[in-house]
Amino acid sequence: MDPKQMPTFEACSSMSSQSRNLNQNQRATEFDARETEQSLPKFSSHLDNSFHQSNQAQQVAMNWDPRAVLNSLDILGQKIHQIQDIVRSTLSNERQLSIQPNEFAAQQQLINTDLTCTIIELISTAGALLPLIKNALASGINSPGQIGGVANSASDLDLVDVLRQNDNLLSDGTKDSEYEELIKGLSDWDDEGMKPISTEDIDVKDNEDGVSGENLPLGSYEVLQLEKEEILAPHTHFCAICGKGFKRDANLRMHMRGHGDEYKSPSALAKPSKEGSSEPVPIKRYSCPFIGCKRNKEHKNFQPLKTILCVKNHYKRSHCDKSYTCRRCNSKKFSVMADLKTHEKHCGSNKWLCSCGTTFSRKDKLFGHIALFQGHTPALSMDEVKSQGMSVQGQSDEVMAKEEDIDYLISGNVIEDTNFSGLKGADDDLGYFSSMNFDSFTFGGIDGLQQPSFDTSESLFSFHK
Amino acid sequence: MAESGDLFRRIRGRDGFATVALDLFSTTRNPSPCSYSGSAKRLRIGDAIPAAVVAEEDRRDLVDSLSEEILFLILDRLESDPLDKKSFSLVCRSFYAAESRHRRAVTPLRSDLLPAALARYPLASRLDLSLCHRITDAALASVSGALRSSLRSIDLSRSRGFSQAGIGNLAVNCAALVEINLSNATDLSDAAAAAIGRSRNLERLWLARCKMVTDMGIGCIAVGCQKLRLLCLKWCLGISDLGVGLVAVKCKRLRSLDLSFMPITKKCLPAVLQLPHLEDLALVGCLSIDDEGLISLKQECKSLQVLDMSNCQHVSHAAFSSVLNKAPGLRQMSLAYNCLVTHSLASSLQKLSKLQCIKLDGSEVTTSGLGTIAKLALREGLSKCSGVTDEGLSSIVMKHKGLVKLDVTCCRNITDFSLASITSSCTSLASLRMESCTLVSKEGLRLIGQHCHLLEELDLTDNDLDDEGLIAISGCQKLCILKIGICLKIKDEGLIHVAKSCSKLQEIDLYRSLGITDTGVMAIARGFPLLQTINLAYCTGITDDSLRSLSKCSNLYTLEIRGCPQVSSLGLAAIAVGCQKLTNLDIKKCYHVNDAGILFLACFSQNLRQINLSYCSVTDVGLLALASVSCLQNMTILHLGRLTPSGLAAALLACGGLTKVKLHSSFKPLVPKPLLKHIEARGCVFQWRDKPFQVFSLLWFKDTLVELEPSEVWKQHSQEMHVD
Repeated sequence: MDPKQMPTFEACSSMSSQSRNLNQNQRATEFDARETEQSLPKFSSHLDNSFHQSNQAQQVAMNWDPRAVLNSLDILGQKIHQIQDIVRSTLSNERQLSIQPNEFAAQQQLINTDLTCTIIELISTAGALLPLIKNALASGINSPGQIGGVANSASDLDLVDVLRQNDNLLSDGTKDSEYEELIKGLSDWDDEGMKPISTEDIDVKDNEDGVSGENLPLGSYEVLQLEKEEILAPHTHFCAICGKGFKRDANLRMHMRGHGDEYKSPSALAKPSKEGSSEPVPIKRYSCPFIGCKRNKEHKNFQPLKTILCVKNHYKRSHCDKSYTCRRCNSKKFSVMADLKTHEKHCGSNKWLCSCGTTFSRKDKLFGHIALFQGHTPALSMDEVKSQGMSVQGQSDEVMAKEEDIDYLISGNVIEDTNFSGLKGADDDLGYFSSMNFDSFTFGGIDGLQQPSFDTSESLFSFHK
Repeated sequence: MAESGDLFRRIRGRDGFATVALDLFSTTRNPSPCSYSGSAKRLRIGDAIPAAVVAEEDRRDLVDSLSEEILFLILDRLESDPLDKKSFSLVCRSFYAAESRHRRAVTPLRSDLLPAALARYPLASRLDLSLCHRITDAALASVSGALRSSLRSIDLSRSRGFSQAGIGNLAVNCAALVEINLSNATDLSDAAAAAIGRSRNLERLWLARCKMVTDMGIGCIAVGCQKLRLLCLKWCLGISDLGVGLVAVKCKRLRSLDLSFMPITKKCLPAVLQLPHLEDLALVGCLSIDDEGLISLKQECKSLQVLDMSNCQHVSHAAFSSVLNKAPGLRQMSLAYNCLVTHSLASSLQKLSKLQCIKLDGSEVTTSGLGTIAKLALREGLSKCSGVTDEGLSSIVMKHKGLVKLDVTCCRNITDFSLASITSSCTSLASLRMESCTLVSKEGLRLIGQHCHLLEELDLTDNDLDDEGLIAISGCQKLCILKIGICLKIKDEGLIHVAKSCSKLQEIDLYRSLGITDTGVMAIARGFPLLQTINLAYCTGITDDSLRSLSKCSNLYTLEIRGCPQVSSLGLAAIAVGCQKLTNLDIKKCYHVNDAGILFLACFSQNLRQINLSYCSVTDVGLLALASVSCLQNMTILHLGRLTPSGLAAALLACGGLTKVKLHSSFKPLVPKPLLKHIEARGCVFQWRDKPFQVFSLLWFKDTLVELEPSEVWKQHSQEMHVD
């Protein structure tokens, strides 16, 4: 074998052999590009073997070994450094202009491969933990603050499959698109891994609270629980001198300037830096104080909340009255002011109208709705029709249509309300219309019978006569 | 009535007679009850009525004795020529009434004739308004009132002036309506589309170039007209993937869908391909569809038979291959003006077992690609393809002995070798088009006539054809269409030979065949009794004698004698008297044609639709006379030296059916503006041209061909006028 090929091999095999020479990294950047191209297939087959081995090793070693994990993390760190070095050397080569385009491409390819290796290694390290968690749960260790049963045997198998698939991909070729596919596959796995547990009521807004997809290992974070009063308190930062409350610490600091010159120094005004950055800060997660909530730490499928703001928004949305009403439509109610403001931005701009009276903010949502229901038609606004000049006969038609519309609205809403939960699963076979989302439209008729959100005589023109 | 029953059977038994001679008014006491001569294919109905009946009753009763059933049977056989029915209806009242009850398709010539047409034909089911430029909502209301139950089809593709109120009226009142053509209604909005959506039984709908219709409008149509089988959305720039997707979801019966030149992307294609009955799909010029979208398609469309993907410039042959794999039942495929046709594309075509026709016009073709195609396609067009070589073409024709149609227009690389292989292997060829194959020699062209005796259509324009070749062509006795324009070597002798044998010829093109004289045209007129179209443009040798002989061809529809300076009014008069079916006439640059000829034309050629009078010696008088031709729609009047603005204005005003007039822009300020507006409101479009007065043609001058300066021609022309 050509000795010049050796550095590349060692650079990659270092993951499994766990021994590497940093100096060789320098040599790895000096190889001839043509030879690298030749060596790539061999390289990937080598990689293939190493991964099968490591997978098997991790499958066998079911016991939790912090040293092994630390070891692999160390190797990963080194690996990343190594890649950094390669990239740096590429940069310096570029400056010297001595490098040829194909050589450059080969290096890029090499870096890509290395990065992918690292990602896979990282995942397999994390994957090794999953069976452990399951074991821990099965043996009845159920201390508060531990992560719920995220993993099960099915997801375990998925993981192995994904890894095998990745190996195949790598050995097939090294095109960019395949890497994209690979990474997409990984993220897919991430999302799906969370799904099987969600047998409880689905809180749509919870996803916005920033914990979906998070998969922190048990015990790696500290669980805090704020009390209801704390959560609902309007202010969280209080002035030590006058007692005035503030929502934000920054506002408090600005306020403090008024109490004396000692508070005006740059150090006092600056954001208090997190001291002790040298030692790792324990990760904090939050629990909802509402007993029985999925976000409560007592819940068997507990999903923690990430920040205090998440706690506040979650608590208000899920466990408080909706006290803010939209002043435009008078029908939508919110418990978080920000939600109301978001809604008010779009309220009234639902210009896409269906003959059933439902309005949509987006045209594709309307078309999804029409594709789904028999007999519903896109309805044109009266302005548009009038601008074309309506005949007298048309006007009388319209009056009759209006009455029917109201009847239709009542019956239509009842049907839609009862079927609401069942419809989501049924629309999968409708091609790209299936992306329709029910929370994006308002049932104008629900509250609209007393105070219509749209004026039937003005804006609705029905064609279902 | 026993007699008429007998006649009824006789008429029904005979399918082939071409002419029915209605000899009802002869009072001959012929004892033979009924006689018709089979060979002449003439049936004398008068003889069928027993002499005794004729003796006792007067003529009126005689006509009445023919039951409506018999008249209908006769009318059924008159479908081929609209003028025959017209003559039929003019026989007597009962014939008139029978004709008006029999007719199903009505095509009014002008908007103002519509009420009369509706009153006369109460049972019309097909109303073609393509000649009526101005159709108001009121007119549509009267249509929907008069043909409430019978109207099934209406064509508004060339009409303007109606809005969604009129469409709504039609849709609501005419429940039987299954076909609407609203193409070119560029100002029609979504409201009109919503109105269309109310006609629930609609099966065929054309909305080409309805640019104002958006997704909302097509959504209304998709939901309302769920029986649609054919939908044309060509050039509907306002409709996006959403609208097309909804159509595909709602109208499951669609057979034919035209999405050409629309801004659609790959998003709507899965839904379209899932249509269970889709047979015909056109995606011409969809520039937003690219390789990625087509390759990622997973749906298979088993019902698809015809696919037109011409002009899709962002699609490569790889994507075409993947599409072809999705449609196993394709019969016809058009890949015109696209990409390189390579071996790989051709081999995916090969998998389509049912493929019959493939069009590769204007594509670049490799020899290996053609070689592969040769294994499957039955008929094809290679018009304007670059890269067609002898080898490729030969490989095709060798494989397909039964090739019926071959189009190699402008394939400039093929030589006699190709022609030899075509003629030797494809002897059953019916149509051969090879305009401008410049490398083919006259010897090669002779092979066509020698071997392909079944040819019906032959296009040899701009080739090296000579009289020998024509003599060979005279062996093709089934020839209907012969185009031999710009074949400078052909002479009268060759034409005489063709005229002797090809008696079925209907169309001949002799454009710029300078060797043709009166003798040749005379032979044509005598030899081709069925002649409908003749182009003698720039055949400078022909004179009035040619026209006199052509006047014997009573079926002549189209006559082009542009740039024949020796033709005069006398010849035109003969044509006018003889060829009363004349519809299109081009006498541009026939300098000696003056008012006298035009007066004859105005008097006799009542079916004239289109005329080009540029450079003639016609004055106000002639033009005004011409305005009396009620069918006249299209006039080109450039460089009429003696035309005055007032004469032009009067002619325009008198000619009610005009739809398009081409005029010199110098007249624009001279004709009163309100008058122009009035005429435009009637549905006429003016095209103002600013061409300088020029003469491009060659003139015979003292037996030599010289090209004269415009001024000289004019001088010479005026001198001759003085001599006359």
